[in-house]
Amino acid sequence: MKSDWRARAHPAWWAFAVHRISGLLLTLFLPLHFLTLGVALNGEAALQSALVWTEQPLIKAGEVVLVLLLAAHMAGGIRLLMLEFLPWRNWQKSLLALAAGLTVVAGGAFLMNLV
Amino acid sequence: MNTLRVKIWRGREQGALQEFEVPRRESQTVLDVVTHVQRALDPTLAYRFACRVGMCGSCAMSVNGRARWTCRTHVDQVIEGDTLEIAPLTNLPVIKDLVADMSEFFDKWARARGQFQPTATRKDEFARVRPDSSEREQVDAGIECIGCGVCYASCDVVTWNPDYLGPAALNRAWTLVNDVRDGARDERLGAVAGDAGCQACHTHMSCTERCPKKISPTAAIAGLKRATLGALLAGRI
Amino acid sequence: MRLAEREFGAPACGRSASTVMSARSQVRLWAAQRASAVVLALCVLVHLMTLIYAVRGGLSAAEILARTRGSVTWGAFYSIFVIAVAVHAPIGLRAILHEWLAMRGARLNAVVAIVALVLMVLGLRAVWAVVA
Repeated sequence: MKSDWRARAHPAWWAFAVHRISGLLLTLFLPLHFLTLGVALNGEAALQSALVWTEQPLIKAGEVVLVLLLAAHMAGGIRLLMLEFLPWRNWQKSLLALAAGLTVVAGGAFLMNLV
Repeated sequence: MNTLRVKIWRGREQGALQEFEVPRRESQTVLDVVTHVQRALDPTLAYRFACRVGMCGSCAMSVNGRARWTCRTHVDQVIEGDTLEIAPLTNLPVIKDLVADMSEFFDKWARARGQFQPTATRKDEFARVRPDSSEREQVDAGIECIGCGVCYASCDVVTWNPDYLGPAALNRAWTLVNDVRDGARDERLGAVAGDAGCQACHTHMSCTERCPKKISPTAAIAGLKRATLGALLAGRI
Repeated sequence: MRLAEREFGAPACGRSASTVMSARSQVRLWAAQRASAVVLALCVLVHLMTLIYAVRGGLSAAEILARTRGSVTWGAFYSIFVIAVAVHAPIGLRAILHEWLAMRGARLNAVVAIVALVLMVLGLRAVWAVVA
């Protein structure tokens, strides 16, 4: 028999879900990111015209999401490294709260500079 | 509220939840409920239990979607409205009704080299292990496991990667890796290394969250991850 | 043969025959992902601070290129960043393909190697584009 969402409803599992989904989405975004920057091979003007569409509100919202994904994956990853490589102690929930806090701060800072 | 509505899994892998009405009693455990159904309502119901006091590890089932010992779970703790849903442990084949087949679970303990490998004979002085030594403390953290299968049933890595040895077998291996009397450390680390072993763990921590003995197999598996890497770098596995 | 082996079979027999990669290589992959994660944690921290700064007043090609063109420091930083991500991401993707799409063996390894190669080539090309 298979288990369902009721077995998974606890904070460390949500942290895993965020880590996996953010990692997957970032991996899918990376080729796009690299290709956009690669346009600079054709000069500054070419890169500038490639960046024009980043002014659209929908893309800007997407950028905020990307920054959140990146910050969440980094903070969650540091949490995992600490759990795997440091002596075990009862700090899982604190580490989770810290990772979530760091993500929100990074997203907020980006948003404030964006608009 | 004097009656419980209890939905119980009937059948094997294919089957359905069957509903029963069970009188509500004070201090009633989930095992009491299942026993009432079998004795008073339907004697063909199959389930497994032995000690009824949380020592044997036979009566674990999925209660309202979470793996638990039914003997030590009071109905009050888990009831949603007036309904209980009781099913066999997940991640294991169903033999009949609430009885899961534990063979694979225990075979994986053997595959993880869960047996002690003695290095001394009865003629030797017996080993002195200081209770406050770090190895002994690591062993203490995991040694109380009674093999109920709650962690194994709760682990999604087991679901997604059926070769995975699982939290209980790896926890057992970690207690032996820290046993200073044991003589099979490297063979054991070799047995638990890689995608079917400790490196597959994603730290969901469902095992730690659900363990009725408050053991953290996640901590044991993290220890194995470091120890297998150390053994690999030293050329011992 | 030792007692334990006679009773329970040879050690390290937990893997199915279809697995192409040895347990040792799997431990190495795991270690490579953690090692690259340490590098990436530092790179991403710098990257986040840079892009929070860079986005003020809108993204401008002139601003970006003025920072990066001819800079050995940024060139080295972004090259390390790209190499670390080309190690890190494919190993994560490997777990997802293994667990969620039931991909195994040679096919899994091939897909992962291709993703690593694509990230490495496109990434280093992008670094070259903004630095050279």
